[in-house]
Amino acid sequence: MSLPPTPAGIDPRGPRFGAALTAVLLVLVLALPAPASVVVLAVVVASFAVGAVRGVGGTWQGWVYRRFVRPRLAAPIELEDPRPPRFAQLVGLVITGLGLLLALVGVAAAVPVAAALALVAAFLNAVFGLCLGCEMYLLGVRLRARAAA
Amino acid sequence: MDRLVFILVVLAVATAAGLWWRSRNGRYTAIDPALLTSDDPTPPGSDLLGPAQLGSPLGSRATFVQLSSEVCAPCRRTHAVLGALAAEHEDLAHVDLDVAEHLDLVRRFNVLRTPTTLVLDAQGAVVGRLSGGTDRHHALAALSQLPASTSPASTTTATRSHS
Repeated sequence: MSLPPTPAGIDPRGPRFGAALTAVLLVLVLALPAPASVVVLAVVVASFAVGAVRGVGGTWQGWVYRRFVRPRLAAPIELEDPRPPRFAQLVGLVITGLGLLLALVGVAAAVPVAAALALVAAFLNAVFGLCLGCEMYLLGVRLRARAAA
Repeated sequence: MDRLVFILVVLAVATAAGLWWRSRNGRYTAIDPALLTSDDPTPPGSDLLGPAQLGSPLGSRATFVQLSSEVCAPCRRTHAVLGALAAEHEDLAHVDLDVAEHLDLVRRFNVLRTPTTLVLDAQGAVVGRLSGGTDRHHALAALSQLPASTSPASTTTATRSHS
């Protein structure tokens, strides 16, 4: 009741499909040798950045879902608040963005570490519908409140 | 080859984590009834919540105090499930609180994830909690575990059908 009014809902299958595409890219990051893996990681970082700013529907994965997947599916049973998946994009951006930054300053090991962490999160989202970043949100709120106190 | 093994290990870890997470969702953990009745100097019975903290009256049989966050999709589904239950049963109440505005409750009850739903008895004592996304089945199971002394009027609602 004290929650703010919810904005227009989105099809919850969209973010999960997008996470599956992201997971495939992250597997590529882990599978490819050095220069190529950094390039693919940069693509993932850019996708997360778009998703964090515009929401999941505004990403290329969201476009692929609407254009090719959604027309083949029945109407969604329920709609989902767009804010949780958008928050998840922000978490993904921080993890992969840090990995990319470290790789660019010469820490090559940061690429597989960041890609592996993001792959776990994307895989859990796609297969189980679990938003890892959202589960950790409350821990973040508690830490921030403790730091402010 | 090493890369492939690493990828498979990462996916295996993710699968195990996902299965573990799914098995825990909606699980009800009751507080040991012995603790509730003991006269320990700091009994959990002192964890009373009332209309003053919740902003709404307690249910005469039980109250679901759902702690939700803005970034939580399962919270919305849990809200719908518990809200419907409370609407069907006069003796149940459902309160949905934003964790960002109720950090005192989050700390007091050591809440680590959203949604977490505290189950209160008629007096407002926390008798258990539901962790994670909760469906109707989970909520009814939690109600069936309420200490008997706190649910005097439960027989009338238990027989009512609602499908």
